[in-house]
Amino acid sequence: VAEAAPEAPDTAATWSGEDVAPGDVEEALRHLLQEQYAHDGAHAPARVLNLVVVIDREWRGEIMNRLEQVGRYHASRTIVCAVDPKRDTIDASVAMTLDGQAEKEGLALMRERVVLEVGEKHLPALDTIVDPLVVTDLQTLIWAPHGHPEAVDALLHLAQVVLIDSVNEPDAASALSRAKELAQEAYVVDLAWLRSTPWRERVAATFDPPRLRDELGRIDSVTIRHHPESRVAGVLFFGWLGSRLGWRAGSLTEANGSSRGRAHAQRDDVALALEIDEEQSVPGLAGVEIHTSSGTSITLDRGPGGLIARRTDRKGKEQTWTVLGASRGEGGILGEGIRQALLRDPTYAGALACGEALLR
Amino acid sequence: MAVAERKEKQQDNPLTEGLERLPVPPTTLVIFGGTGDLAHRKLLPAMYNLAHEGALPERFNLIAVSRSEMSDEEYRKDIRESIEQYSRREPDPQVLDKLLEQVRYVPGTFDDDSVFDKLGEQIDKFDQDADVSFNRVFYLSTAPSFFALIVKQLGEHGLHKHDESDVRVVIEKPFGTRLEEAQDLNRELLSVLHESQIYRIDHYLGKETVQNVMAFRFANGMFEPIWNRNYIDYVQITASEDLGIGRRAEYYDSSGALRDLVQNHMLQLLSLLCMEPPVTFDADEVRDEKVKVLHAVAPPDEDEVVRGRYTAGMAEGKDAVGYLDEEGVPDDSTTETYVALRLEVDNWRWAGVPIYLRTGKRLARKVTEIAVTLKPVPHLAFQAEGSVGVQPNQLILTVQPNEGVSLSLGAKIPGTRMRIRPVNMEFLYGTSFLSQSPEAYERLIMDAMRGDPTLFTRNDEVEAQWRIIDPILERWEKGADPIADYAAGTQGPDEADKILKPGHRWRAI
Repeated sequence: VAEAAPEAPDTAATWSGEDVAPGDVEEALRHLLQEQYAHDGAHAPARVLNLVVVIDREWRGEIMNRLEQVGRYHASRTIVCAVDPKRDTIDASVAMTLDGQAEKEGLALMRERVVLEVGEKHLPALDTIVDPLVVTDLQTLIWAPHGHPEAVDALLHLAQVVLIDSVNEPDAASALSRAKELAQEAYVVDLAWLRSTPWRERVAATFDPPRLRDELGRIDSVTIRHHPESRVAGVLFFGWLGSRLGWRAGSLTEANGSSRGRAHAQRDDVALALEIDEEQSVPGLAGVEIHTSSGTSITLDRGPGGLIARRTDRKGKEQTWTVLGASRGEGGILGEGIRQALLRDPTYAGALACGEALLR
Repeated sequence: MAVAERKEKQQDNPLTEGLERLPVPPTTLVIFGGTGDLAHRKLLPAMYNLAHEGALPERFNLIAVSRSEMSDEEYRKDIRESIEQYSRREPDPQVLDKLLEQVRYVPGTFDDDSVFDKLGEQIDKFDQDADVSFNRVFYLSTAPSFFALIVKQLGEHGLHKHDESDVRVVIEKPFGTRLEEAQDLNRELLSVLHESQIYRIDHYLGKETVQNVMAFRFANGMFEPIWNRNYIDYVQITASEDLGIGRRAEYYDSSGALRDLVQNHMLQLLSLLCMEPPVTFDADEVRDEKVKVLHAVAPPDEDEVVRGRYTAGMAEGKDAVGYLDEEGVPDDSTTETYVALRLEVDNWRWAGVPIYLRTGKRLARKVTEIAVTLKPVPHLAFQAEGSVGVQPNQLILTVQPNEGVSLSLGAKIPGTRMRIRPVNMEFLYGTSFLSQSPEAYERLIMDAMRGDPTLFTRNDEVEAQWRIIDPILERWEKGADPIADYAAGTQGPDEADKILKPGHRWRAI
């Protein structure tokens, strides 16, 4: 059953049409922009990013809700392609949304949202439909949370960035393989990678004091606990450590839901373990534990108000503290994904390659 | 440090590559004046926001020192309310609880030795409990009269240095009220601390748009070729406010517009606008270039300065009283609420280009902007008849409220005749970036904890600023430069026109 898409807050002007051509939608966008500007010059069109979202029509409401939750990281023009398998024609609607009221002498933003109802038959040539609708010279980001690889492939030449969530793929190996394939055509922003940012920051901070820097070369075991469906997040985390520290990754072998393997570091081998945390309710990592051959260890776990860090020194003395930070929630993670589309993280590719080696 | 050496240092920790937030060493932050207005409205909400984003050092403690007698718990309750009221985002209760767990309060006056003994004990206790030598950052959010005393006390109690960690002192403005006072203060601070430990805050430099003046100039090849006396006719820097002095009569009447905004913020904008490209964006490279600009500016003569004071008028659609009728202002006050200056940067790049600064309260609207007017085109083939004609190009960098850049260009009016009028090409930050700019204090506190002084004012910079301003104050003390009146809600006194060179005009506020 198709869910009705929620109306965006502060919708200023709308247009809709049935059995339309892309040119009709483009013309409607232009007119609405002009009308809105004439009506209220205090609202300026945002010009940051095009976001093209390809979804199953039946889950449209859920995706629209997620898009509403991205906080301040809304794309300037969002083009939602809702796929109804049997549809032959294209219906479209356009809405101008206002970001708050223009205050005295202030500036308020206006964003455009286009919803295209398309059929499966449109997907292989979706670029010809979407191309006239993206704002020229802005970066274009593609997100296809329900798969539709043929649509993504068709749109790739229009886009500079593809947003994926590797935890949504059926298994870690195919997730990394797809990410690598996409990375050859565009910059990939992976939500599974972004969820691990606070963990990577904390591990980096742990070894940042010069007196602890040498310990990086003495890491002899790493254990990662993760949400039952987020194995790939753990593999990417290993991949990050391995690629940054110059480890040669061996293969992970699975047994009873957990995976074990080894990586070859300059001094010693590093024992790797991935374990499922059944109690973890949200996607991503649940805990990280790193030991060094000199007897120190650091563990990070989720806790109230941030990550709980525990460090044990070589004499067995233990320290526990909370590393402050609010949970971003899944809406926040998607917003972060949109924001990251405008930045470049050079370490993801290395993590991907090292992660793939672990799964061979 | 050589460029190669710096690169090597940055690459030391391979895990930081690609991270937006670089690790910050464990830090104990001490706020002197922890019950004051600045702490409650700005500093503590900034600390919370940094905690919320996971940007604070992974191990962090906060100690407040102030005169009011209260317990740790009472202080925590107090600041919880302030954070809830002034934070730019709704606080997450769990993060706030955890942040407050690390807060301690030391009551007492700054001349009391026992306060510094207790402070030292608490700092050591944090170190011992965590088995970590925390860096110490002392934030002096107090009246300026306490700066030297607090630093002296830190020195006498051995808190000004530590063998295993860095010690820094952040000092709020105003840094002196005259050149001599600033020099004395510098001397007193430097008798206890090394210059590299002193972070003189000018929150203007923490604003994204102020930093963007450098990005705009040095990341775009199209502007630098024309950024000189050959192409630029004159520059205007304006910082106007529509509000009056509110309840700040005590502070404002002893300060005035010149000290409040020109000596620090506006001269910072001038330096950033006129400086040569630094070799790198290292703190001292940038500050060296800024100081060179200030050294090239001579104090303005009498005919290059106008001061004014608002009288009754209309502001924000309501009747507004004149400055002398504001609550708390003495009847015989001679404080200026408006000042306009004409300066010149006497160096190869800028010689002969007037740089006009003006600031004031109760003007037509609130705006901070830099307007660069280019010289007119050398030959005009078009007729001006039937249009306003060709105007010199103007490049406007707006710092607030609508941060952005606009460029005025001559364009043909549609029709059969070749008539020209100026049009604007506009870029607005709000439309082009997803991220919200962090509060200036968040950025500056982080920089102080990280040990990056780029956006803080160095001692020679402060003294160079005062060398420009001091002679004006000296003249005013002798009664020179009469105060010109202007009605509240207007463009300022008409007398401001007299400092303009022929052919120049003030931009409408």
